[in-house]
Amino acid sequence: MDLDTVLMSRLITAMTLGFHIIFATLGVGVPLMISIAEFVGVKKNDPHYKMMARRWARGFVITVAVGVVTGTAIGLQLSLVWPNFMQVAGNVISLPLFMEVFAFFFEAIFLGIYLYTWDRFKKPFTHWFLSIPIVIGGGLSAVFITTVNAFMNTPEGFAMEDGSFLAVNPLAAMLNPATPSKVFHVLSSAYLACAALLAAIAAFTILKKKASAYHQKALKLTVTIMFIFAAANLLTGDTSAKFLAEHQPEKLAAAEWHFETEQGADLVVFGWLNETHEIIGEIRIPKFLSFLAHGDFNAEVTGLEETPEKERPPLWIHYMFDLMVTIGMALLGVSFLYLVFSMIRKWNELNKWFLWSLLFSGPLAFLAIEFGWIYAEEGRQPWIIRGYMTVDEAATSSPYIGLMFFLFLGLYIVLGTLCIVTLRKLFRNNPVEEELEKQYPSIEKGDE
Amino acid sequence: MSYELIGITVLWLFLYGYLIVASIDFGAGFFAYYAKISKKDHIMNQLISRYLSPVWEVTNVFFVFFFVGIVGFFPETAYYYGTALLVPGSIAIILLAIRGSFYAFENYGSKQSNIYMFLYGATGLLIPASLSTALTLSEGGFIDEKNGEVSLKYLELFTSPYSWSVVFLAIVSVLFISAAFLTFYAARARDYPALKLVRIYALFWSVPTIIASLTTFIALSQHNERHYEKMLDLWWMFGLSVGFFMLAIGLIYQGKRYGIAFISIMLQYFFAFFGYGIAHLPYILNPYITIVEGATHESMGIALIVAFIAGLCLLIPSLVLLLRLFLFNAEYVKGKK
Ligand code: HDD
Ligand code: HEM
Ligand code: HEM
Repeated sequence: MDLDTVLMSRLITAMTLGFHIIFATLGVGVPLMISIAEFVGVKKNDPHYKMMARRWARGFVITVAVGVVTGTAIGLQLSLVWPNFMQVAGNVISLPLFMEVFAFFFEAIFLGIYLYTWDRFKKPFTHWFLSIPIVIGGGLSAVFITTVNAFMNTPEGFAMEDGSFLAVNPLAAMLNPATPSKVFHVLSSAYLACAALLAAIAAFTILKKKASAYHQKALKLTVTIMFIFAAANLLTGDTSAKFLAEHQPEKLAAAEWHFETEQGADLVVFGWLNETHEIIGEIRIPKFLSFLAHGDFNAEVTGLEETPEKERPPLWIHYMFDLMVTIGMALLGVSFLYLVFSMIRKWNELNKWFLWSLLFSGPLAFLAIEFGWIYAEEGRQPWIIRGYMTVDEAATSSPYIGLMFFLFLGLYIVLGTLCIVTLRKLFRNNPVEEELEKQYPSIEKGDE
Repeated sequence: MSYELIGITVLWLFLYGYLIVASIDFGAGFFAYYAKISKKDHIMNQLISRYLSPVWEVTNVFFVFFFVGIVGFFPETAYYYGTALLVPGSIAIILLAIRGSFYAFENYGSKQSNIYMFLYGATGLLIPASLSTALTLSEGGFIDEKNGEVSLKYLELFTSPYSWSVVFLAIVSVLFISAAFLTFYAARARDYPALKLVRIYALFWSVPTIIASLTTFIALSQHNERHYEKMLDLWWMFGLSVGFFMLAIGLIYQGKRYGIAFISIMLQYFFAFFGYGIAHLPYILNPYITIVEGATHESMGIALIVAFIAGLCLLIPSLVLLLRLFLFNAEYVKGKK
């Protein structure tokens, strides 16, 4: 088979997934934010929070549309680009893929209802209830698709002989060892990233205009959520690392440049490798890798030397891991400081420094998601299904794949641009002050 | 019933569901564009956007359900269709992407531009045309497997009368189904100017629909003798289909009971589609995949069916809620809410 078709297949998949994941993350996280804002608004009977839910929902409709079309693209592309992989996957792991469709269905139906029924119910809580299925549907789609990816990392639940399946246990395949840590980390990072993004938007408006009551409330709410999930994310990330140490040691070892098995291993942060594969210019945290991997500073950590040379993942994933973790720490730090400042009267949490760092948190959180996925997927190389099928074996043999790559590249450029243009227009032409007055005329003037 | 047969029945039902709901959507795109260039958009567009806005995502899920489900129940389809359909499949994805996203951008974002309306109309016809290729391929003769490499015979595909008659049938069916639905919807909304217009569309497109059905039948007899013979054995299903077609046209012509007329059209397609499908069996892809040999492992098949039933228990009440709030809520349909 031509190597170029394999490379192009990988690129087209990476591109589609890298694009989809942005919108998928929004699809998972933003409904929770909308639901929380509406809940607070109804509970306190505060029009500001209700308006937040409305405005976020309006933007959400646009991103969902892109999520749905790119998701449809990746769903079909998996069969088109990786026919051999999908043939195996179809036999063993199609259950969660199938269940995912139900989650979409559920979400799509209630989203349609939610968006068109803002003022149709007598009790405001009835409308809020409709947001719950959307939150659950979005969350479940992440859970189901992540189990598929987990299966690719630690395949289980089947017995194979000469390329045919003797027995298949769909539930065991779905609940493979990688599932728990991956699912929780994907969920917590999606909620974190969406809270950070909405906080960034509020911070941006405050920087540009003045700090209206609406935007201050929005900032406070989103940064609080951001802090909670940044903390949760640290925990789930740590669990993921412990999972890797046990079940996929080569991925962790490659990411940490941990070449020899040893006890009390140091954590290597950044740095680079010279020609003889020595690490230079790094920051070393003594014994911390042992702690990250096993929760014990003196535990033994498996090195890359124990993996056959041909089955080692590329070493550059080190940077992906480090960048993700650095961003994770930064998000936690910023949101924590903000909360401390806002609790102490004399300190001003709305100073320029905070607002600027919150502004950067949003895009950085999404970068962390991209880095995390590139790390996770590259770290599985050369396998597509670890231990069973390599990437070269799985790719399509069609010679047209290169052409398709550019076709899709064009599509994503157009979609991305239009999405941003539409969102900007939508909110520019509709400033929150005007809308508040229109929707809730009774609101006190001095309040804004 | 064996699990393979349940699997293919469920998938076929969903494909049928997609055929109906997507046709309404695709055809509406064409009519909206046509109304725009013939300066009748003020009559039509309110009607179209009120129905389509809340449901377009649901339409898409029908399709996703089908292609995810078929890989689950019959994994070999991924191998053959996946390889052969890389190019037409990618083109269909791009068309779907343009349509779905532009729909949201324009509807929630800004005013309707001419380029958008054109794309909305054009994709409405091109998507069914490109998707119908998959059905054409399933008849066999267009996919080749040599030394483990699967390829699509483009020349045969583009010069086959059968393949073109399927494309033609797909397009006119889309327009016919859509016009009939809009007639029903306009009547419900008591939107008489729109009703007058779309009723004519429905009557107009019924003629090419029946012609296309016949030509496809004839072209199939040339292309796949076995399938054609089996369809003749199921003559009563096609007879019922024609019967319902006549009933629907009669009602629309007399200008009454548009709801029943639309249901008859659904039944018309139901019988034709299932007659075609049953006769197609046991092949999913002639001659490479049959439902028995191509089926997934039994434990997976059963798990999928269980998941399916559980899923339906969740979905049906939600769908009923959706329909009651929008389609069957007279106030909403009339535009009062
Ligand atoms: C906002 C995004 C974000 C942030 C701040 C972090 N992560 Fe992460 N990480 C992800 C987003 C993410 C992800 C995109 O969700 C990944 C990709 C694959 C996966 O399962 O989750 C991931 C993967 C991933 C993996 C690989 C799991 C596997 O392949 O099975 C590990 C070990 C960690 N993360 C650990 C951490 C640690 C210790 C962090 C410290 C703060 C951290 N992550 C922050
Ligand atoms: C949505 C988040 C995901 C992102 C951003 C992502 C990213 C990537 C990237 C960057 C690659 C290229 C790796 C390389 O070949 O060098 C890749 C490969 C791949 N991913 Fe993922 N991935 C995601 C989730 C998934 C899931 C859930 C599945 C399973 C259904 C999956 C299936 C694949 C396949 C089949 C390949 C090609 C084989 C390979 O190169 O390893 N991915 N992905
Ligand atoms: C972990 C990574 C992923 C997450 C969290 C995720 C989540 C989501 C979400 C939230 C949506 C929007 C659904 C909606 O709002 O209706 C979506 C759409 C979609 N995703 Fe992904 N996704 C991921 C990766 C993938 C992969 C690898 C596939 C391919 C199998 C895929 C297939 C789809 C499909 C087919 C849709 C469109 C569904 C529809 O028509 O409504 N996703 N995804």
